[in-house]
Amino acid sequence: MNRKLITGNGAAAWGARLAMVDYIPAFPITPQTEIIETLANWIDRGEMQGKLVTLESEHSMITAAGAAASSGVRVFSATSSQGLLYGMEMLYNVAGWRVPMVLVNVSRGLAAPITLEPDHNDVMAARDSGFLQIHCATCQEVLDSVLLAHRLSEHEDVRLPVLVNQDGFYLSFTREPVDIPNPTAAKQFVGSYEEENLAFRASTPLSHAVAVLGGGPYSYFRYEIHLAAQQALTVYDELANEFRDFFGRHYPQIEAYRCDDADYVFVMIGSFATKAKEAVDRLREGGWNVGLMRPRLLRPFPRDNFVSLLQGKQAVAVIDQNLSMGMGGILHTELASALYGKPDMPAVLASFIGGLGGRDITTQEFFEMVTVLRKAVASGETPPPRLLFTHNEFREVEKLQAIAHVEREELGQH
Amino acid sequence: MNETILRRMKDLPSTHLLGTGTPMCAGCGGLEALHEIYDVLGSNTVFVNAAGCMTLLSVYPFTPFRGSWLYTAMASAPAGAQGVRDALDILKQQGRISEKEDLQVVTLTGDGSAYGMGLSATSGTIERNLDYLYICYDNEGYGNTGQQYSGATPHGAQTATSQGRTGFPGYKKDLFAIWVAHQPAYVATVIGAEPLDLARKIEKAKTIKGPRFILALAPCPTGWDYDPKDTVEIGKLAVKTGVWPLKEYVDGQVVHTKIPREREPVESYLKLQGRFRHLFEPVRNDRLIADIQTRIDHYWQSVSEA
Repeated sequence: MNRKLITGNGAAAWGARLAMVDYIPAFPITPQTEIIETLANWIDRGEMQGKLVTLESEHSMITAAGAAASSGVRVFSATSSQGLLYGMEMLYNVAGWRVPMVLVNVSRGLAAPITLEPDHNDVMAARDSGFLQIHCATCQEVLDSVLLAHRLSEHEDVRLPVLVNQDGFYLSFTREPVDIPNPTAAKQFVGSYEEENLAFRASTPLSHAVAVLGGGPYSYFRYEIHLAAQQALTVYDELANEFRDFFGRHYPQIEAYRCDDADYVFVMIGSFATKAKEAVDRLREGGWNVGLMRPRLLRPFPRDNFVSLLQGKQAVAVIDQNLSMGMGGILHTELASALYGKPDMPAVLASFIGGLGGRDITTQEFFEMVTVLRKAVASGETPPPRLLFTHNEFREVEKLQAIAHVEREELGQH
Repeated sequence: MNETILRRMKDLPSTHLLGTGTPMCAGCGGLEALHEIYDVLGSNTVFVNAAGCMTLLSVYPFTPFRGSWLYTAMASAPAGAQGVRDALDILKQQGRISEKEDLQVVTLTGDGSAYGMGLSATSGTIERNLDYLYICYDNEGYGNTGQQYSGATPHGAQTATSQGRTGFPGYKKDLFAIWVAHQPAYVATVIGAEPLDLARKIEKAKTIKGPRFILALAPCPTGWDYDPKDTVEIGKLAVKTGVWPLKEYVDGQVVHTKIPREREPVESYLKLQGRFRHLFEPVRNDRLIADIQTRIDHYWQSVSEA
């Protein structure tokens, strides 16, 4: 076994290398850049096949990625935050082209104000694009998910691009021990690229991504994307089982941690869920029947899986590391829509916003959240959404404001 | 460079490759140029298209192309060409396709994309020395949305967003010079009304590797407001008056391929188009007409002094 101490970015690069990708259109952006640097160095040193081309923007990068995939090669790319949004128009296009490719997004909060640290508003903005989404919590999972994502993306029942998400800094720059799969086994698992009926060749001319006139054909093609995304749930389960047979690690649609006998459940995505895991252990020591559900798949949304896992639970705290302005947490809204009207669902579905721009979520706050849940169960009423922010944090901001005022006064600009 | 085999009009291809029945406007000067270009290029091509009038050439389930087509987006057709070219090269290198299956990669956009939104993507392909041909049909405005002014609109022209008495206050951007500044493999201006000059340039461009650009002035009956039957006449006048210099850049040199020795006054070109009618009616705007003429004269003076 080849066990290495590598970062999440290193793990993403290893995933692409082991998937034997042919083409990597690239553009640097923090905190993703290490992925493309690593791949570029491997290719330059001859340790890896494939061609890496740096485009002049993410919009062009995703265009080139989709165009190359339409021509019959296996494509990998990576971006973050503003880059993902800059390329957003092309995410919708490439999904509509029905071409497989894998895009790693290293989550980072969106401007303004501009920041480098993570939250999930960037990847949530891509939610409706047609790219499937796999969310990771560990470096190992990043590597394994890239391999899984290529299979899922290229599956004949799916044929959609897949986005693999990891959190900036907390995974991208954090070293963890990672088992690097044997290249031969990886090659066997991923298989060779089959372009099927989609490729530009002199002998088989093809007009691709053409215009449609009228809502009928448009709806037909849009529905097809949706149905293919839904089929990805079954395909994903098959592939996750096959992956376990190959490599001994299993990644279900939703990771359920200490949930069997739990009354209260935290729901979170990404690496911050490891903080929730720690809190669950501590709360269990304190006698609380609490567990954690961490969906790995966000698109397609594992609706049925959630319904079956949450049956009979008393209360759920959804912790969103994103904020839809004027509405609240996106994962909370999605889960409410999935559970509504199903029998025997938790009576309380509370919403908490935390971890924006890399803000920590402390064990103490997880304790507070289950206390809120218990009170809500007693009163029978779900509390309004809570924006996690401590008194100390508020004082820190006030201090910064005071400094700003003093600076301005000293410069004589009142 | 090989001597041309296209010496006279009858040497031009007699088989026309682009199908009919497209929703382009009657008298479209862009379609005229594309017909002529496609005949010389041949069908072993994949057109990578940006949002514009010609996006409506391929409407599901029909296409007028015997070769391939990929629609991308307004800003990134050159990047689409990059992806296709790179993929075909990878496949050839790995022995997954034969040389016979290879295609010429051709980007096709209007001036809105070529002069503006797609310029950054274009510049990127040239700096990466991408082996592709870029064709711009330049109808001097955002034609598909009803002819608002673009970076390609000439001075004084009335458009849907420059309806004042003096028309568009800006000047047409010199996209030819912007390309030349990148030192690409080949750049040429063409017009459908001069098919022999056009065909020779496409013939030459086909033999060259690297980034190549064909800038076709595309007289536009709907956008320029004239009778569709006048497309060829207006195209010829664009050359005879010196408004549209036919030239090419190859091996580091700009050469004019058709110099109008006795230039007709620009008035004869302007008068045929509704977008310039305000220069003549209800009162003649001598100053603006002279301004347009002077800029043309200066251009040709600099050519003769070069």
